[in-house]
Amino acid sequence: MSTKSRLERRFADLKAQGRGGLVTFTTAGDPTFEASLELVLGLPGAGVDVIELGMPFSDPMADGPAIQASSLRALGAGMNLARTLDLVRRFRGTDEDTPIVLMGYYNPIHSYGVEAFLADAKAAGVDGLIVVDLPPEEDDELCLPALKAGIHWIRLATPTTDDKRLPSVLANTGGFVYYVSIMGITGTREVQADAVRVAVERLKRHSELPIAVGFGIKTPEQAASIARVADAAVVGSAIVERIKGGLDDGDRPRPAMVPDVLGFVRALAAGVRKARNG
Amino acid sequence: MTSLNTYRGGPDEGGHFGQFGGRFVAETLMPLILEVERAYTAAKADPSFQAEIDYFAKHYVGRPSPLYHAERITEHLRRGDKGAKIYFKRDELNHTGAHKINNCIGQMLLARRMGKKRIIAETGAGQHGVATATVCARFDLPCVIYMGEEDIERQKPNVFRMKLLGARVVPVTSGSRTLKDAMNEALRDWVANVDDTFYIIGTAAGPHPYPAMVRDFQCVIGNEVREQIMEMEGRGPDSLVACIGGGSNAIGLFHPFLDDKNVRIFGVEAAGLGLDTDKHAASLTGGRPGVLHGNRTYLLQSDDGQILEAHSISAGLDYPGIGPEHSWLKESGRVEYVSSSDAEALEAFQTCSRLEGILPALEPAHALAFVVKLAPTLPQDHLLVMNLCGRGDKDVFTVAEALGTEI
Ligand SMILES: Cc1ncc(COP(=O)(O)O)c(C=O)c1O
Repeated sequence: MSTKSRLERRFADLKAQGRGGLVTFTTAGDPTFEASLELVLGLPGAGVDVIELGMPFSDPMADGPAIQASSLRALGAGMNLARTLDLVRRFRGTDEDTPIVLMGYYNPIHSYGVEAFLADAKAAGVDGLIVVDLPPEEDDELCLPALKAGIHWIRLATPTTDDKRLPSVLANTGGFVYYVSIMGITGTREVQADAVRVAVERLKRHSELPIAVGFGIKTPEQAASIARVADAAVVGSAIVERIKGGLDDGDRPRPAMVPDVLGFVRALAAGVRKARNG
Repeated sequence: MTSLNTYRGGPDEGGHFGQFGGRFVAETLMPLILEVERAYTAAKADPSFQAEIDYFAKHYVGRPSPLYHAERITEHLRRGDKGAKIYFKRDELNHTGAHKINNCIGQMLLARRMGKKRIIAETGAGQHGVATATVCARFDLPCVIYMGEEDIERQKPNVFRMKLLGARVVPVTSGSRTLKDAMNEALRDWVANVDDTFYIIGTAAGPHPYPAMVRDFQCVIGNEVREQIMEMEGRGPDSLVACIGGGSNAIGLFHPFLDDKNVRIFGVEAAGLGLDTDKHAASLTGGRPGVLHGNRTYLLQSDDGQILEAHSISAGLDYPGIGPEHSWLKESGRVEYVSSSDAEALEAFQTCSRLEGILPALEPAHALAFVVKLAPTLPQDHLLVMNLCGRGDKDVFTVAEALGTEI
């Protein structure tokens, strides 16, 4: 058995292939548990390298309208944290290699109980956690227990994270660093590849970890331009918008929803794959 | 119940009051709240900052607000040889009609020191929005107020007031479209405009240093009470009562007295339609600890940790959380937290109007509703001070509707 984690193996593979990776974000349970599971099961085949799953929350402060709405759709359809872990478990039953990172806010985990959550998440096959409202100042809460449980803690670095703050942001971070490419919330502004290049170079001076860049990447072309300068591109709101586009008036998925979203993901994956050798 | 040397020592460096408080914010905001903390620490150490606050408190806000012996209410609540002597701290006489301006003056003067060029705020009842818009007009900074669509509907006079004062009022359509969502939206604005914007939070909640900073700006209430009652009665109060939304008027009254062991202190939450229903706003008496809006505190939440909608007839109490210092004061046992229902507050609103000639805001009407229950059980030499933290003009439409009257 390898001592490397799934995330470490995946980024090592990407490096060996000489290409940047594609990370997708969808909210677990959006629009329903079943449709969400079907979609997630299709992601690796569509070319996704790392799966990021949102843990639905009633008050997603760092998210824009698209992801807010997806969270509410999932909650409305009866999603909760236990079912999110169940979704991961079901996925893991079919795929041992694709890393899954859960992203969300602290309160549902706090409510579930930190120790119970970490044990259940580990058992379900969760590889990393991104918890937006837990900065380094609050590492005792969940970050350190997660590391002890063998789950990566993935921190967001942002344009406001100056050189003085970077070391504390990077300490305890593992798997990859998630660079937030815009000032603001998800799905609002468009990414600027040149600014990202500079930022990634700065991060690389402080860390050996792979750098994934997200917030504001909407098209295969943008994903490609980011994959050229970073280790992976994260696409969230644009996929979530596609999901919404595939719903009927009652927010139920139309039959074409999953194939359509996977088609879009395939285009993103193709963009990312062409980026370095095209 | 723990026994401490002082209840006034918090928060610690990380912004904790016991297990409560903290800095639970996204990384984008972290450098900002650290900057606010540094700036506030520096300002506190600079006597000219307090001098500026004092100047505006006196000449612009109209402080000190009177401590008023509410004689007719006192009489009304006498039972035999019982019935506490009731004083109102008249913060409803402040410019803009509530205690909120105390905090806005302080934060505005800090924002100016920091060179910020744009102000944002959330509001529920609209009182904090009006107070923020007021200081923005006075100090000539652009002002954006986030307000839930639901609250815009029930607080129309305040919405128009804010507009007259030159503020832009942005309706918030996300989530439950009330105060918590307005706060989410203000935080989203702040994340996107970190360079030039100062966020004036309206209550003693949010990430450190806000709970402590807002408390400090509101402590003028309790400090004045101490002086005034000494002058009028030659001694301190026996009990204090204040309503609690996020907890700023209450902590402002309570904090200076926390170490006066003989003073009983009561915080009154909104019980809405009743604590046994799901329509209330009593986070301390009906919720459990969680993390929201930058701090750990008592919250109304589902089994899954989803934040629930609060309900109160008073928009200013309609918040599913509470400032972290109150959570700590509850757990330490220093302050007793109780609640009043919509119906009780409505009744107290009318009693106060008829007996004292004062239309109270629906928020302090909740405090008064508890006083109505408490005072008759206390001896006549018992000095009770209630914070009358806002006036009721803004609520006349709500009250008329609740009473089935058309105006
Ligand atoms: C008059 C009045 N009292 C009380 C409150 C509740 O806030 P806090 O608990 O912070 O004093 C409000 C809030 O809008 C208010 O307008």
